[in-house]
Amino acid sequence: MKVTVEITRRPEIADPQGTTIQRALSDLGHTGVVSLRVDRVIHLEVNGDDPERVKEEVEAMCRQVLANPVLEDFTVEVLG
Amino acid sequence: MRVAVVVFPGTNCELDVAHALTSLGGEAELVWHRETDLSGFDGAVLPGGFAHGDYLRTGAIARFSPVMSEVGRMAAEGRPVLGICNGFQVLCESGLLPGALIANRDLAFICRFVDLEVVDTGTILTGAAEPGQRIRIPLNSYEGNWVDPSRTGRIAVRYVDNPNGSQGSAAAVSNREGNVVGIMPHPERGSDELLGSADGLVLLEGFLRSLVPA
Repeated sequence: MKVTVEITRRPEIADPQGTTIQRALSDLGHTGVVSLRVDRVIHLEVNGDDPERVKEEVEAMCRQVLANPVLEDFTVEVLG
Repeated sequence: MRVAVVVFPGTNCELDVAHALTSLGGEAELVWHRETDLSGFDGAVLPGGFAHGDYLRTGAIARFSPVMSEVGRMAAEGRPVLGICNGFQVLCESGLLPGALIANRDLAFICRFVDLEVVDTGTILTGAAEPGQRIRIPLNSYEGNWVDPSRTGRIAVRYVDNPNGSQGSAAAVSNREGNVVGIMPHPERGSDELLGSADGLVLLEGFLRSLVPA
């Protein structure tokens, strides 16, 4: 099954990359950008036909290694 | 007193660390990351580099290398465990140190000498230094910006002019017990006047003094 994991940095953790890109956009005249964060998306294909079980397995992967609980939250979407 | 200098694929400071420890009379032995038995070693150093290519996040893959369960055991037993640069990142990912390391505030790879101040001499890295002692050694990192939302980290050494945005200007951080320490600048690269500084020796000397027979 195809699965997408989105890993987002917690709002309270600085995102220097996002800040720099936002500043660059402003310099280019795009002054209406009020917030910009750069996050990470991971695409997986996982064996199995039960979306719930696949989701649980990928969430376990997130807690174990894919996301850092100190910095990041994650959402798992099973695309089928 | 034997020190395990752990080598992951992508580690690149292991020889410098081993040389510096040896020059101080220590016995340093390189240990491949697949090793599963560190009994007989009195302490461990995780040197700098790019363990497992820094893929996913710095240290994220390295923390699952087989040797890390032994490093965790040594830490739990109170033995000295020191992470330098990438080794600091591995220790944070492993949960052996609080917090995490993110990209430098100004998104620049910083490679230059930095001025440091010892603020806590009760750790395995700082036991030979004086409180307030100034040290000048090289910093060489991109993800050197330490953040600790839990605010439980014990800052052992701080930057005088916080070049990377680290919380509390932290350059070296310890666990509560003081036996696990991560430092972002490189003491081993400041271990001989030929390198432009020998200030790092007092830190490595402190580490060696903290070793007790296994």
